[in-house]
Amino acid sequence: MMTFDEIKQNAVAEWESLEQDGIPVIRIGAATSDRAAGALEVIAEFEQELARLKVEAKIVPTGSVGYCNYEPLVIISKPDYPRICYNNVTPDVVLRLVEGYLKEDDPCMELALGTLEGGDDDTPPHIPELPRSEHEFRLLLRNCGFIDPENINHYIALSGYSALTKALEMNPTEIVEEIKQSGLRGRGGAGFPFGRKLEACLKSVDTPKYVICNADEGDPGAFMDRIVLESDPHAVLEGMIICAFVLKSSQGYIYTRMEYPLAVQRLKTAIEQAKQFGLLGDNILGTGFNFDIEVFQAAGAFICGESSALMYSIEGKRGFPRVRPPQSIVSGFRQKPTQLNNVKSFAYIPVIIERGSEFFANIGSDGSKGTAVFALAGKVKNVGLVEVPMGTTLRTIVDDIGGGVADGKIFKGVQIGGPSGGCLPESFLDTPIDFDSLLEAGAMMGSGGMIIMDDDNCMVDAARFFLDFTVQESCGKCVPCRLGTTQMLSILEDIVGGKGKSEDIEQLGALGEDIIAGSLCGLGKSAPNPVLTTIRYFKAEYEAHIQDKRCPALVCRDLITYYIIPEKCYRGCEHCIVVCPTEAIVEHPQRYKVVDQEKCVKCGNCLEVCPPEYDAVVKISPISEVPPGEIPSGEAPADKDE
Amino acid sequence: MEELAAVEEQQIKARLAEILAQCEPDRSQLIPILQKVQESFGYLPKLVMSEIGSYLGMTDVQIYGVASFYNHFRYIPLGKHPVQMCMGTACHMVGGELVLEALERELEVEVGGITADKQFSLDRVACIGCCGLAPVMVIADKIFPKMTSTKVDEVLVNLKLEEAEAAKEEGEDKRL
Repeated sequence: MMTFDEIKQNAVAEWESLEQDGIPVIRIGAATSDRAAGALEVIAEFEQELARLKVEAKIVPTGSVGYCNYEPLVIISKPDYPRICYNNVTPDVVLRLVEGYLKEDDPCMELALGTLEGGDDDTPPHIPELPRSEHEFRLLLRNCGFIDPENINHYIALSGYSALTKALEMNPTEIVEEIKQSGLRGRGGAGFPFGRKLEACLKSVDTPKYVICNADEGDPGAFMDRIVLESDPHAVLEGMIICAFVLKSSQGYIYTRMEYPLAVQRLKTAIEQAKQFGLLGDNILGTGFNFDIEVFQAAGAFICGESSALMYSIEGKRGFPRVRPPQSIVSGFRQKPTQLNNVKSFAYIPVIIERGSEFFANIGSDGSKGTAVFALAGKVKNVGLVEVPMGTTLRTIVDDIGGGVADGKIFKGVQIGGPSGGCLPESFLDTPIDFDSLLEAGAMMGSGGMIIMDDDNCMVDAARFFLDFTVQESCGKCVPCRLGTTQMLSILEDIVGGKGKSEDIEQLGALGEDIIAGSLCGLGKSAPNPVLTTIRYFKAEYEAHIQDKRCPALVCRDLITYYIIPEKCYRGCEHCIVVCPTEAIVEHPQRYKVVDQEKCVKCGNCLEVCPPEYDAVVKISPISEVPPGEIPSGEAPADKDE
Repeated sequence: MEELAAVEEQQIKARLAEILAQCEPDRSQLIPILQKVQESFGYLPKLVMSEIGSYLGMTDVQIYGVASFYNHFRYIPLGKHPVQMCMGTACHMVGGELVLEALERELEVEVGGITADKQFSLDRVACIGCCGLAPVMVIADKIFPKMTSTKVDEVLVNLKLEEAEAAKEEGEDKRL
């Protein structure tokens, strides 16, 4: 068995030769989101072109940098050049890069997002100087997109597992103290201090103890944990091993979503490699400490993100949350003391141990230390992962990092924390992002999903969407949650369906408060949040739906209709007729097109295909405002003179 | 529940026995066993419930009670081309529902169902985490980004064409 110093020497040598042996390195993002954008085709194309043109280069599939709107993302390091990052790479672009840059010396800067070094000359943008980079702080994401997640040597070379070797020489209370001093709060949503939890679990007398990583990232619209697991899995393992060492635990679990097959595969590879190097398994680094980690694939129940439900699920039972106390740290998995934390919480542990609590505590705001990782999605230009120091304002994330609202639309609201969180309007954009400020504003940090909405999004519909999700996912144990949310949903469905009554808003508020008061777990306690915050901040939209039967954002299907403006309709074009699934569009004798409202199913196809130069199809709400149509009787005239 | 021919039943039982042989007869293995069964058959055939039950010392109703709690498990087979429409937040915000409706219309099947010719099954999934590419549709392992309702027809036609092509090539191979 090699000592850790030898392991590290080898790893550093491998890492250095990767960059310094004179052969260009092509890093290609190959996490799930990159693959969806076509990364595997890009890898195959590189392999083929390199072979065809007999160019020598090394291809390194990596995780994701987090710039999802630029994927597939390729970073090429060639001797004597800065590292250049190419965005939205297609197989056609590959040909130019291999022929132009790798074979010849033209870096094809017109195809690049920018360089990672240099930046003094005028032409290419220098990524660290981009507006977004100024606000970002890549602590948790430091390795994501730069290392091969399936090669443990890459992680070790960049000081991976050094924290573990350090921890193995500390005593458990010292480690706990270090984590407490750092101020780290759990990143799963509730924000409970990590160190205090670990300390309490350490003090529990019962044995054995378990360490469980909650990777059941169920919030629709959140993908931070997946990218961390797919891009830097060892960071999570190392954090778990350190906690297990503190607790003298010998068995850990990673409970991950079944929708994340690549994350599961990379975790399993990482576990195998860590075992081969003696960093996991029996007699870790010769210290006599044994710890094993098993990956448990969830079976798709959102409620299993709740810690007690999650533990029941691993035990092979239905995931019903239970009454606490006892807390999991006293009696959790198999009624034994269990330290359960989120993916990101564990991944911070190596940083804190290696660089010290002071380093971590100096980042962030008073009550919330370190960085916050968000999955930015929705109507914003730069979709993807964002990591900022706690205390950064929402405005910085939306405008400076996110690049503002896409397509020249107007910002309307931001939903933070998924179906459990709240929706905040423009006036809250200067709220600093930390656990306490968000809670005060009516939202919550949640696990870190952040969805930007613009004036095309209906807030009543958004509230209905989130509640529909919680109704489906409620486990049914508590009556207020099971029946209360169903009742709220049916009221919301009435409102978006044009059958809202004036007392509905008040009723929703009252129900919401009762559900919060009468539910056992976080799901029920937070389920009404999206409804309550949209009522609080966007009440006028509810009133428009209820009183005027009008959807201001033109979203709610029962309150809108499609209309073709006769003056704008280019009479020779039949795009809309062709795509209409119900033959609801007919030709007027004067050859402009008319929508037969009786047949229309409001699929939106006509609006989508109407050529932008005519822009003749519009949505109208309320329905009563549609000018009376002149539907010609019988078939449309068949003559065509083109 | 499905009607199975005796020969199919035999095959299912044989495969189930292989799966059970790999797993400890412990309740904590229940969900992994169900997952393996579903991976094998694409769904949980009714007859496996009692077999798993007797292996783990549980009743078939208890097995079904656990299985039905989790969204992942299904009780009718998947289509040859399992179609899944993402209904996560980002997809919803940009018209995922319209795409799902177009799928129901084009395939003539409701969500959760399977077409009469067993070619397509249609399901909604909570979120596959490719929010940057919303709205997202998945057929088998292939992800179709930035879907619109008008693209649905095109994707399905291409799929059928590819299949016809493959069948033709296979036919030619056989002749050779």
